[in-house]
Amino acid sequence: MNEVSTLAAFLGVLRRDLQLGIRRRNELLNPILFFILVVSLFPLGVGPGPQMLREIAPGVIWVAALLATLLSMERLFRTDFEDGALEQILLSPHPLSLMVVAKVLAHWLVTGLPLILVSPLLGVLLYLPGEALEILPLTLLLGTPVLSLVGAIGVALTVGLRRGGVLLTLLVLPLYVPVLIFGTTAVVAASAGLPVSGQLALLGAMLLLALTLAPFATAAGLRISTS
Amino acid sequence: MNSAAPRLEGRELSCVRDGRALFKSLNLHLDGGEILRVEGANGAGKTSLLRILCGLAQPRDGAVYWKGADISDCRFDYHRELLYIGHNPGIKEELTSLENLRFFHALGGHGGEAAALQEALAQVGLYGYEEATVRTLSAGQRRRVALARLWLSEAPLWVLDEPFTAIDRDGIRNLQARLVHHAHRGGMAVLTSHQPLSLEGCAVRSVDLS
Repeated sequence: MNEVSTLAAFLGVLRRDLQLGIRRRNELLNPILFFILVVSLFPLGVGPGPQMLREIAPGVIWVAALLATLLSMERLFRTDFEDGALEQILLSPHPLSLMVVAKVLAHWLVTGLPLILVSPLLGVLLYLPGEALEILPLTLLLGTPVLSLVGAIGVALTVGLRRGGVLLTLLVLPLYVPVLIFGTTAVVAASAGLPVSGQLALLGAMLLLALTLAPFATAAGLRISTS
Repeated sequence: MNSAAPRLEGRELSCVRDGRALFKSLNLHLDGGEILRVEGANGAGKTSLLRILCGLAQPRDGAVYWKGADISDCRFDYHRELLYIGHNPGIKEELTSLENLRFFHALGGHGGEAAALQEALAQVGLYGYEEATVRTLSAGQRRRVALARLWLSEAPLWVLDEPFTAIDRDGIRNLQARLVHHAHRGGMAVLTSHQPLSLEGCAVRSVDLS
């Protein structure tokens, strides 16, 4: 089978998942609402002092983005597993890892991308200085796809379990920590006017590593979970 | 691709689920133009057998061969020639019939030939329902959306789990005619059904799991 048809299958999965994501509006709104609510509650909880908020802003926004992503992950393969669509994807003659990339990409576009788009607004809410406001969406742009790709491995392994949610959290949260550390330190450094290219390069490296390795691990996990 | 007739073979298959042996040392084979009917009581392992034949599940012992090669060694070739419609056919309620069918068609690597998709839906009696969200369709109509794939597929091997469930009498007749047509073109089908089949002019084998 030639490359064109593999591309057709890739686009077919991507297109369907985007259509589904848009039609299930509450699922689309859940992560973004969670993200906005958590961040906007902090000024109420710790007090409205600009100095304090500016200091905690990078960590708060990043932790909220990480948890919002984690909460949305479980849905990635769940419905496909329950209604048999996953079996059809597994029986496609095309590489399963590519189909996984299509699914993760669609999932990230409907859940991850909105987080990035609203993050500068939340930064303003927490008095982040201008330079940090520019760097924050950039770190999220590099970091959230890593969270989605790595999370997909955990979801693939736990999709066959009835209560996989807790296990999923325990499995992937340790793997999220490096992304969190480099994401927040980049924003902290930017607020202090320091160069951030080191952290961004590391986040980029993590993204490349996740993009090349995670789909294979996810594909293997799905085969194990469904057999 | 070798020139020998397409042939599915299961050798010494056995399956254990939750510590219970469902079947042991099961042998079966299927040649072009034949239809295999899997019989057995509820829980006898019909669906498990079909999943093993598709390569979705691994048998405890034994192996499945397609054109003489173990299917785990030729997954690409095998899955290109296989069409599986399971008990849960993977239909999404939020999508329209046409979108659902287009997804399955795309998974096989085909582009979006809308005319062919609409024709297939018309064949299963869903003319006029192309743009209807599946949520608004009845159980039988949902089943028909999945079965429309049989009118699109070029795959020589069909594996169908309870294809007649929820389908009305005309639909069953239509589906049986399609199976006969498929067999006459040299295709093969493995199916489970609790209903009496009338497949005139076809070589129907059967395997009983109970």
